[in-house]
Amino acid sequence: MDDILLKIQDLRIEGRQGKTWFTIVDGINLELRKGEVLGLIGESGAGKSTLGLAAMGYSRDGTRIAGGSINFDGTDLLSLTEAGRRDLRGRRIAYVAQSAAACFNPAHRLIDQFTEAPVQIHGLEDKATSEKHARELYDQMHLPDPDGIGLRYSHQVSGGQLQRAMTAMAMSCKPDLIIFDEPTTALDVTTQIEVLTAIREVVRKFNTAAIYITHDLAVVAQMADRIKVLLQGQEVEEAPTEEMLAAPKEDYTKSLWAVRSFRSEPKPKPGQDDVPVVRVENVTAEYRPGEPVVKDLSFDIHHGRTVAVVGESGSGKSTAAKVMTGLLPPVEGRLLLDGNELPPSLANRTKDHLREVQMIYQMADTALNPKQTIRRIIGRPIQFYLGLQGKQLEERIRDLLDAIELEPDTYIDRLPSELSGGQKQRIGIARALAAEPRCIICDEVTSALDQLVAEGILRLLKRLQDKRGLSYMFITHDLATVQAIADDVVVMQKGRVVEQGPKEDMFQPPHHPYTDTLLRSVPQMEPDWLTRTLQKREEA
Amino acid sequence: MKIGVLKDAPKTAILGLVIILIYAVLGIFAGQIAPHGETEIVGMEFEQWGGEFLLGTDNLGRDMLSRLIYGARNSVGIALATTALAFSIGSVLGLLAATLGGWVDQFLSRFVDMLIAIPALLFALLLLTIFGTGIVNMIGVIAVLEMTRVFRLTRAVAMNVVVMDYVQAARLRGEGLWWQIRAEILPNIAAPLVAEFGLRFCFVFLAVSALSFLGLGIQPPTADWGSMVRANAALITFGDITPLLPAAAIAVLTISINFVVDWVLHCASGLKD
Repeated sequence: MDDILLKIQDLRIEGRQGKTWFTIVDGINLELRKGEVLGLIGESGAGKSTLGLAAMGYSRDGTRIAGGSINFDGTDLLSLTEAGRRDLRGRRIAYVAQSAAACFNPAHRLIDQFTEAPVQIHGLEDKATSEKHARELYDQMHLPDPDGIGLRYSHQVSGGQLQRAMTAMAMSCKPDLIIFDEPTTALDVTTQIEVLTAIREVVRKFNTAAIYITHDLAVVAQMADRIKVLLQGQEVEEAPTEEMLAAPKEDYTKSLWAVRSFRSEPKPKPGQDDVPVVRVENVTAEYRPGEPVVKDLSFDIHHGRTVAVVGESGSGKSTAAKVMTGLLPPVEGRLLLDGNELPPSLANRTKDHLREVQMIYQMADTALNPKQTIRRIIGRPIQFYLGLQGKQLEERIRDLLDAIELEPDTYIDRLPSELSGGQKQRIGIARALAAEPRCIICDEVTSALDQLVAEGILRLLKRLQDKRGLSYMFITHDLATVQAIADDVVVMQKGRVVEQGPKEDMFQPPHHPYTDTLLRSVPQMEPDWLTRTLQKREEA
Repeated sequence: MKIGVLKDAPKTAILGLVIILIYAVLGIFAGQIAPHGETEIVGMEFEQWGGEFLLGTDNLGRDMLSRLIYGARNSVGIALATTALAFSIGSVLGLLAATLGGWVDQFLSRFVDMLIAIPALLFALLLLTIFGTGIVNMIGVIAVLEMTRVFRLTRAVAMNVVVMDYVQAARLRGEGLWWQIRAEILPNIAAPLVAEFGLRFCFVFLAVSALSFLGLGIQPPTADWGSMVRANAALITFGDITPLLPAAAIAVLTISINFVVDWVLHCASGLKD
């Protein structure tokens, strides 16, 4: 067993909160052989990133390695000096972060940042050789124009390309180990597949070992040889990928696996004569004159149904929501609420118009005023729209907290900062419900949440819909979410609707080519999905 | 202010708070504490320290200590009123500019830019010459000049809050402008504004003193630290440090306020070390 590259034993990492220390990583053991890819999965706060950074002998500010050992290729990282560890980093161990845009220096060309580690820091080769390697790697990463792309600055290339450029940069010194920390989480599915392919090819070609951190099971299934599941800093279980996917042992892992199986029951289709709650009719909207962001958009939202609006970033789905709320009056087309025309601008809508259409936001952090208590956040719309006061108001707030499954006595006087991400999103839902609306616009409400938490939110939304007859416009880029909750689907690309219809029809062929690309790009929970998809592409 | 928070405060902040408190007490109870009247001539001119007059007498034979104590009331009171006025104008305009945006923002911002472009002291001298010297005029002029800084700060921090989803949520709910500002924006920018209040107060204080020193501010015989320096400046040439006492009073107060402001900023920014 002398081919073991990284051996972590009983690692404990602590973080500081004020003057006390709490445990982030609690006694983790980890072994990685040369050329092997280990997938680390878990919710946020499970200690994945902290563990990943520890594999480089690094601990973030405010954290400390409290015990255990980290052995990299025969060297104990913890007994090295900081200079000794720095000599390993970049040269033998590299790191690829989640947000490539935030990690590149916008004032330097990509290729100059590529050569920085091998030439200036480690002095392994001269600049010309290093630039040649850069171009070769750009080519292997399937970047367009590999000779020229290095001369660009980070803002001149797309997110997916930048993520590949960063992976190339991590490979610049041909390290033995790369740590990938959620490298595709911020990308669209169609872009993600390109990045995944490129990463996998390069890692295999150079026989590089990797730790791949993600919360997306389907992604890790494509990349990793083995999977380790973490929960609150402790290991839940570890097994080879096929084994883990086929037969997870622990309850927690099973629950993770089951998340994707949530499906809403098909509902009877609305009759021809039913008046939709909201009708969007031939709407065109633009921020600058002559540059429409949404063009000729039409769809209906019927009583008690969920319309999912799907598309990549930049497809105009959030702009559609802005038009519906009146923040961006359309230049053409109109909106109907219960068959009556809705004034295009927010300023001209009555209180009742505003009450009927509510909104839930993607980032619960910025959607709730940090200085207001839950009582105030939920209470204000009740006061404002329904005019309830005193005891009645208090009762209504408590009812709503019950409805979103948060214990009123515990939570009513808390501030948003005292809640978890999922709880904050529930408060966002309660605030929308407080107005007693008929239609709620949900703008990517689950995309910032962990899968288990997101599933809880989806189930809650579903239950509320059944109970209160709500209609949802559900904006998302995640097709798994669409399958879980949608009744009708609208697929958007570049501001136009490419296909729409009931969910049952949309997930059956024939598809519009774009819908097809979207559907095929969603990673499936099978280890050879990526390989098969790529084969299909080549055949086509 | 919570006791628990105060307990964790650094020593400098506590020292600052104690000194500010002493100034406040002296200012409020000046009539009871001062051994002599504010404008009462009690002895010869420029008497030495010690003896009947602890800190000697000034150029007209008034008790220096008493005038210093009364000065705390006049100088600090006027500076406080001016700062409050500057803050009322500056923060309201800044909030309006940030929330409404568009041409309101353009108009207010360019107007403020224009005021800032003119050297403050010269502008103040000019305005006071036009409108005449007097306490009310001076408060008005300094407030308008200091308002520009408050405006810029308020606008900048409010801009960051205006784009938050919770402000949009309030707008979509149909809340009025005033409610948006008061309930959603103001609580989230209060901390930097409070800190700025302390800093501004120091600058206002210095401006009042400067104008008084030049003879355009608080008029005799009212006791005021700025004009007290001027009136007794001649003593310096004889190696007597008495004229420096009011100057020292100004300096100690400004430093104390800065200690406290540093601490408030530190807490507000959430920095740990």
